[in-house]
Amino acid sequence: MIMTKPTFSSIRSGFLATAILLFTLLSSNVVMADDAAPDVLVKNVTNEVLEIVRKDKDIQSGNTKKAIELVEAKVLPNFDFGRMTTLAVGRDWKSTNATQQKTLTDEFHTLLVRTYSNALTAYKSQTIDFKPLKMAAGDTDVTVRTEVKQAGAKPISIDYSLEKADGTWKVYDVVVGGVSLVTSYRDQFKQEISVGGIDGLIKSLQAKNQASAATVKK
Amino acid sequence: MKVDAARRVSGFCTLLMAASLLGGCATSGNSRDPLESLNRATFAFNETVDKAALKPVAQGYEAVVPAKARDGVSNFFGNIADVFIGVNNLLQGKVRDAVDDVGRVLVNSTVGVLGVMDVASDWGMEKHDEDFGQTFGRWGVGSGAYLVVPLFGPRDVRDTAGLVLDSVTDPVGYIDNIPTRNTLLVTRVISDRAALLPAEKVIEEAALDKYSYIRDGYLQRRRSLIHDGAPPRDDVDSAAESEKKQASAAAKDGNLYAANTAVK
Repeated sequence: MIMTKPTFSSIRSGFLATAILLFTLLSSNVVMADDAAPDVLVKNVTNEVLEIVRKDKDIQSGNTKKAIELVEAKVLPNFDFGRMTTLAVGRDWKSTNATQQKTLTDEFHTLLVRTYSNALTAYKSQTIDFKPLKMAAGDTDVTVRTEVKQAGAKPISIDYSLEKADGTWKVYDVVVGGVSLVTSYRDQFKQEISVGGIDGLIKSLQAKNQASAATVKK
Repeated sequence: MKVDAARRVSGFCTLLMAASLLGGCATSGNSRDPLESLNRATFAFNETVDKAALKPVAQGYEAVVPAKARDGVSNFFGNIADVFIGVNNLLQGKVRDAVDDVGRVLVNSTVGVLGVMDVASDWGMEKHDEDFGQTFGRWGVGSGAYLVVPLFGPRDVRDTAGLVLDSVTDPVGYIDNIPTRNTLLVTRVISDRAALLPAEKVIEEAALDKYSYIRDGYLQRRRSLIHDGAPPRDDVDSAAESEKKQASAAAKDGNLYAANTAVK
């Protein structure tokens, strides 16, 4: 790794990124207010986020902290973490109490945000193709299909599962190249629960998040 | 050379047999992983080898060799691989894709200077990802148990058989000049490993149990590849459906938090 001092251009691009971020934050409220179609929502968010990453040398060189901030601001409001956690925990969700459910959702939230942000720092110059949406009128559960194109490699599909509730579409799963971000955790969660019960799972999630948070600060 | 290949095949078969025998006494929670205890041991072995030898070399390679040159190396081996991707597409009856693959090899071997530049991608000829394991899957061969192969990593029984054919038919293995052959084999391993470095951080920080995370990811990924990105809905999806019903049932029971998460 080559260490570089912050140069004028990197400061300028950092400033630009912040300006864009602020602008999109302000404007996103307007976009969110009307009942955007799920494919439009995915497209807007993806384009906005990549636009920022393309201009942010820090994120490109692996600054996870900065990527997390970006994800928290732009991506998260469109995710349904409650639903995601229910899906990942599976059958054992029934035997959890409200406090456990809240802690589980919060910890899983932290874990997924970091995973997503780490993946974002690996972004180079790939382009995204948005596939036409297959959706009947009145559908409340759809899959928006996209494809990441990269030179010298087979394109990778990224599919977003969205559900509509209270007039808003929210993402409840992201499937990358056929691998579901959420169900990939089901076996691991089952494993933890069979060893230490729900509280055992909560403890390992907390330990994992604390360990990773320590490396992010560095 | 033939004898060499035959020996490699028989070695793999012995390994497979040994694995299935051991599987009889291993206990496991995951139905697709009856050999879990053996697999975990092999996984730990692979991780140790990687940490001690392969990863440092790959990191060194990344630090010393400029990105452009690394792309060239990776394209060079990708071009060789395209020949076999084409063969496998043909075996799976995907003639159009096979024609594309042959076109890619022709363009990249000539205009792309022996495959160092991936000109074909720039010209809109998409790269594919096929191997004998996928071909077997396409032909209806069952996947069999999940298997961690020493030094090669995650496979299932079907993909291990595919891997045997992949390595037996690997053109690099048939180069008669042994120093050249070995240099190419080693360079390819390093180049492939270096390509995985960015993904590693994501996995390290995402996984509660790296073994399970990689296993489940591998099984889902292979399933998707064999069905060319459109696998039929399976128990994972129907499980998602049943979770949904469960959540609304919980709502009726007066479990408010579950109700919220289901309705949201």
